[in-house]
Amino acid sequence: MNRRDFLKTASTAAVVAGTGIAAPAIISPARADARKEALLIVSENGPNNLDIHGVGTNVPGYEVSWNCYDRLISHEMKSGPNGVPYYDRDKFKPELAEDMDIGDMSATFKLRKDAVFQDGTPVTAADVKWSLDRAVSVGGFPTFQMKAGSLEQAEQFVVVDDHTVRVDFLRRDRLTIPDLAVIVPCVVNSQLVKKHATADDPWGLEYTKQNTAGSGAYKVVRWQSGTEVVLERHENWKGGPKPALKRIIWRIVPSAGNRRALLERGDADLSFDLPSKDFAEMKQDGKLSLVSTPYSNGIQYIGMNVTQPPFDNVKVRQAVAYALPYQKIIDAVMFGLAKPMFGAPADTPTEVAWPQAHKYDTDLDMARKLMAEAGFPNGFETTLSFNLGFAGVNEPLCILVQESLAQIGIKTTINKIPGANWRTELTKKELPLITNVFSGWLDYPEYFFFWCYHGQNAIFNTMSYQSPQMDAMIDGARAAAANGDTMAYEKDVKDFVDLAFAEVPRIPLYQPYVNVAMQPNVSGYQYWFHRRLDYRSLVKA
Amino acid sequence: MLSSFLRRLATAIPSLIGVIIVTFLLTRVLPGDTATYFAGPAATPEAIEEIRVKLGLDKPIPEQFVDYIGALVQGDLGSSLTTGQPVINDIIDRLPASAELTLFGLFVAIAIAVPLGILAAVRQGSWIDHLCRIVATAGVSLPVFFTGLLLVYVFYYILGWAPAPLGRLDVFAFPPDPITGFLLIDCVLVGDWETLGSALAQLAVPAATLAIFALAPITRITRASMLSVLSSEFVRTARASGLSPYKVIVGYAFRNAMLPVVTTLGMVFSFLLGANVLVEKVFAWPGIGSYAVEALIASDYAPVQGFVLAMAIMYVVLNLLIDLLYGVIDPRVRIEG
Repeated sequence: MNRRDFLKTASTAAVVAGTGIAAPAIISPARADARKEALLIVSENGPNNLDIHGVGTNVPGYEVSWNCYDRLISHEMKSGPNGVPYYDRDKFKPELAEDMDIGDMSATFKLRKDAVFQDGTPVTAADVKWSLDRAVSVGGFPTFQMKAGSLEQAEQFVVVDDHTVRVDFLRRDRLTIPDLAVIVPCVVNSQLVKKHATADDPWGLEYTKQNTAGSGAYKVVRWQSGTEVVLERHENWKGGPKPALKRIIWRIVPSAGNRRALLERGDADLSFDLPSKDFAEMKQDGKLSLVSTPYSNGIQYIGMNVTQPPFDNVKVRQAVAYALPYQKIIDAVMFGLAKPMFGAPADTPTEVAWPQAHKYDTDLDMARKLMAEAGFPNGFETTLSFNLGFAGVNEPLCILVQESLAQIGIKTTINKIPGANWRTELTKKELPLITNVFSGWLDYPEYFFFWCYHGQNAIFNTMSYQSPQMDAMIDGARAAAANGDTMAYEKDVKDFVDLAFAEVPRIPLYQPYVNVAMQPNVSGYQYWFHRRLDYRSLVKA
Repeated sequence: MLSSFLRRLATAIPSLIGVIIVTFLLTRVLPGDTATYFAGPAATPEAIEEIRVKLGLDKPIPEQFVDYIGALVQGDLGSSLTTGQPVINDIIDRLPASAELTLFGLFVAIAIAVPLGILAAVRQGSWIDHLCRIVATAGVSLPVFFTGLLLVYVFYYILGWAPAPLGRLDVFAFPPDPITGFLLIDCVLVGDWETLGSALAQLAVPAATLAIFALAPITRITRASMLSVLSSEFVRTARASGLSPYKVIVGYAFRNAMLPVVTTLGMVFSFLLGANVLVEKVFAWPGIGSYAVEALIASDYAPVQGFVLAMAIMYVVLNLLIDLLYGVIDPRVRIEG
């Protein structure tokens, strides 16, 4: 191209104003049909791995695993708060197993003979053993979760015959059977995955990262990380009644405003991680079907590091507990979408339950008096840290706390920690004052306390709280639960809850809600311990 | 021409080496610990250590650097932990989406800004000059995420003209198998007009958002450079010789005013790539900007390094093209270069 030609084309192109505004898309009848049988879900984040056994699988990845794989057993449903179907912690139903026989030191599972994987091969006891071995061997989160139910060694899983598996118990533990119904002990198509295993990757994690290889009700047919996941129904699923939806399309829409617009315009069918403010406003409009359920076994709290002054002083901690603006937080931060965990009347007896409300409430005079008794009449300075990954809730919450603590002389500097850094900082256990959320899959008080208050000082014991008395009661409750000693169990639970509230190393604020917004023609939502969606029960009219 | 091209290309190599070293070091000094982040909510110190060893992060930094360079030479940019895919695949997937959006936005901006700038210079002080000033001021002062959300609100939420802001394609449209990765081009190549329509409709609002942002500098520079050329002697001579106003303005004046405009285009393009990050977030666009930001938040080294490297290569290529264009537009530059 010579200069003259180039200049000619360039100047003509520049002068001719061709705008690129396109005509709206024409929707063909085939597409309209596809719309009826499919559910469009929009959420902020998508999976980074389709297999919960993978390295660093994120929470959206758990949702894929839950819907694409079966477990030996699952939970029955019951009616929960506000009549929402809610998983029944104490009732199990067979999924891949058709029969379960729990003995003293082992449980035997008879498998369904007709169950097949998504590629058509039958599910055998060898697949179950291989999958459970994988869960206890790969390390990281899955192995850790298995350990929570005393499932630790591959030798515990025994193939009796082609369709019978026995799980031997290492010790008596009430959490062993519930732990077999969480997401982790899923059954993987061992023949298929072994074909893709290598010496470096004996469990075929690279293959299952990209592909689902289960016998579950759905399979992933297309996955573009960060953009969308498309799942299709497994037509030969035997684990329960045939799901109503043929296709699930899960699109990642990072902007919360757009997720709301998509729902309100009727383009998206379901979204479940909208900010409380949007959700509260949508509730008032009343156009969509909205469901709020409190997190099982989860609370947002203020934690104080008891190993350093001034929070090593119980009076200071109690003063803080009297100085927090509880109701303001519920109203202005959560827009009422949280269950209060404070201000129980003074005569309320302690229950054998967790979470339960404590008896502190905002009382600045009381707080000032305690500060004076503790030897800090003029207060002190400290930092209040939070995780920027959840800034939508944490930031306004911390500002309210800062304002309120200033009134009893505690000057706080707010320390915003990026999401990637949060866990590293928590592991160091040096932050004096934080706000955080903890919630456990297994909904048992002693499980929560074992992680958050026990002297083993796990990462979730963010306060580094250590007390021999507390440890004795938590261990006592675990032992009593394993042996079925209800009296001792109830006493220990009540006692450790009382102690936790008297010493207040962590101050519970509220129980957050799982908020699901759906089009009015979508029904069948069920609340599960993992708080993610179960596509199998969803129906679109 | 070829030798100057090669000479120009050779000067880019040291800057690329610099970029590789700097990004490697920068990602290492970032706060945050990849292993802890990916070990998940319930990790024990042993589990974190296991992941650290798996990722090779337990080795000393010089050794990690050698590993990185070794893999890089073989075209392996490592794997992203956030998406779970090899970085090179992610970039190949996502770069066309960003490039398509940016180029389309730039094209729309040029199509409006250049004529507007010329008219504003020719009719200095008229209503069109004022319009040009208003457009430029508005374009600079509105942040892209704001324009983006506003356009979505008006054209999607209120009026319902634009399709749902759900990325490159309608949910129920199936993309053709990627040939170039540019959806518009692929649709034309395969002859899938329905999908092409859907893709264009999805592109309209985000491209308009970028175009509004890019309008300002292009209009202003076109106007300023046209004004200086219009007052020069050869234009006076051309006018005195009785040439038609079109011939004078487009044929003589604009050609000479193009050099600064092209320089600005190069800069605007790089600004647009930056602005893309926000636009991609607002429109759920599966581009490379949002990808890099997500990786950065998760302290995920490999994609960040891959992204910076890809961008550096793009800038080098872009500057190269602009330098070559100078030579085509103005032979004097070629002789001096």
